[in-house]
Amino acid sequence: MATLTADITEKLVYQRPDALADLYTHYCPGCTHGTAHRLVAEVLSELGMQEDAVLVASVGCSVFSYKYFDVDAAEAAHGRACAMATGVKRVNPDKIVFTYQGDGDLASIGLAETMHAAIRGENITVIFLNNAIYGMTGGQMAPTTLPGQHTTSSPFGRDIKLTGNPIHIAEILGSIPGTAYSVRRSMHDARHVIQAKKAIQTAFEAQQKGLGFSVVELLSSCPTNWKMTPNEALSWVRDNMVPTYPLGDYKVHEELQSKRGRGR
Amino acid sequence: MATGRIVIDVERCKGCELCLEACPQDVISLADTFNAKGYRPALLADPNHACTGCALCAVVCPDACITVFRDVPTPKAQVALEV
Ligand SMILES: Cc1ncc(C[n+]2csc(CCOP(=O)(O)OP(=O)(O)O)c2C)c(N)n1
Ligand code: SF4
Ligand code: SF4
Ligand code: SF4
Repeated sequence: MATLTADITEKLVYQRPDALADLYTHYCPGCTHGTAHRLVAEVLSELGMQEDAVLVASVGCSVFSYKYFDVDAAEAAHGRACAMATGVKRVNPDKIVFTYQGDGDLASIGLAETMHAAIRGENITVIFLNNAIYGMTGGQMAPTTLPGQHTTSSPFGRDIKLTGNPIHIAEILGSIPGTAYSVRRSMHDARHVIQAKKAIQTAFEAQQKGLGFSVVELLSSCPTNWKMTPNEALSWVRDNMVPTYPLGDYKVHEELQSKRGRGR
Repeated sequence: MATGRIVIDVERCKGCELCLEACPQDVISLADTFNAKGYRPALLADPNHACTGCALCAVVCPDACITVFRDVPTPKAQVALEV
């Protein structure tokens, strides 16, 4: 055994955030639910909010998110996360309360709860994953499914004459006076993941400042139900979802103007 | 150009290949072996030390299994390597 010396040392640039529990997730390989979990955990760790955060988990593939984040959490019935978060925040105004919801949960069965939480200006943060499908139940059409998209309940492609057009949640919630922050970001490549993280940080800061309802819509992938490889699914987000769901800031409270997103 | 390295938690990795696509230096590949869950984990294959420590692989990894280090050249520091 020889000992070499080198004039190089190294610094740690990136490591798994503390706010993620030390568990293996059940998510499919390459599913952006994992990416979104990581971003939220990084933001909670970096803002020093891990101890004060309370997650209200939802129903969908992310149903076990209450286990995957190392924060206090409660599980809401399908669609009711914003209603439950309202109660949690009102009795614990010093806590940082956030929901984590898919598009079936938030934009379909839970649309009323979501809208009214924003209308009441509840001071909570909503992390909204839009993957254009019901993932957990086997890939059925969601209100967010793209026109012509094949799903198990629209096998010939979504017919907008029969089922309407995709719902634009970030724009709708951005139009409500009680909303302090409503933006849409994507997670289809590293640059966009970094922009998504900044938006999540701003949303939590909005709550910390007591400005009102904050929501980040994240364009996401479901490689399994889309029947694509993880990389093909991210290309599909870029080529098909982003044109339908333009990335951008739909409401930025005046106290957050310095946090506006730059470029797309 | 900065240099660095990554450490992949092979048991956590699901072999999704998102990091392979994200790496500008093309130094990540999938192992020929399987982990306990049956996935072929990603590994750093970097004989020429081309990794820059840019962390783009870690930024896209859905399973948070990549740790990134960047080399810091300091003439005074001496690191003992056991060979
Ligand atoms: C009251 C009720 N109705 C229906 C269901 C069935 N269900 C479970 S998850 C889900 C939709 C999930 O889709 P989404 O919120 O988009 O999450 P994803 O799985 O895609 O992440 C449905 C309809 C349920 N669990 N409870
Ligand atoms: S079914 Fe889709 S959304 Fe659910 S974990 Fe798998 S890839 Fe992710
Ligand atoms: S992105 Fe993460 S999970 Fe996917 S292959 Fe690379 S290290 Fe493994
Ligand atoms: S740190 Fe950068 S160069 Fe090194 S493996 Fe990751 S993506 Fe490639």
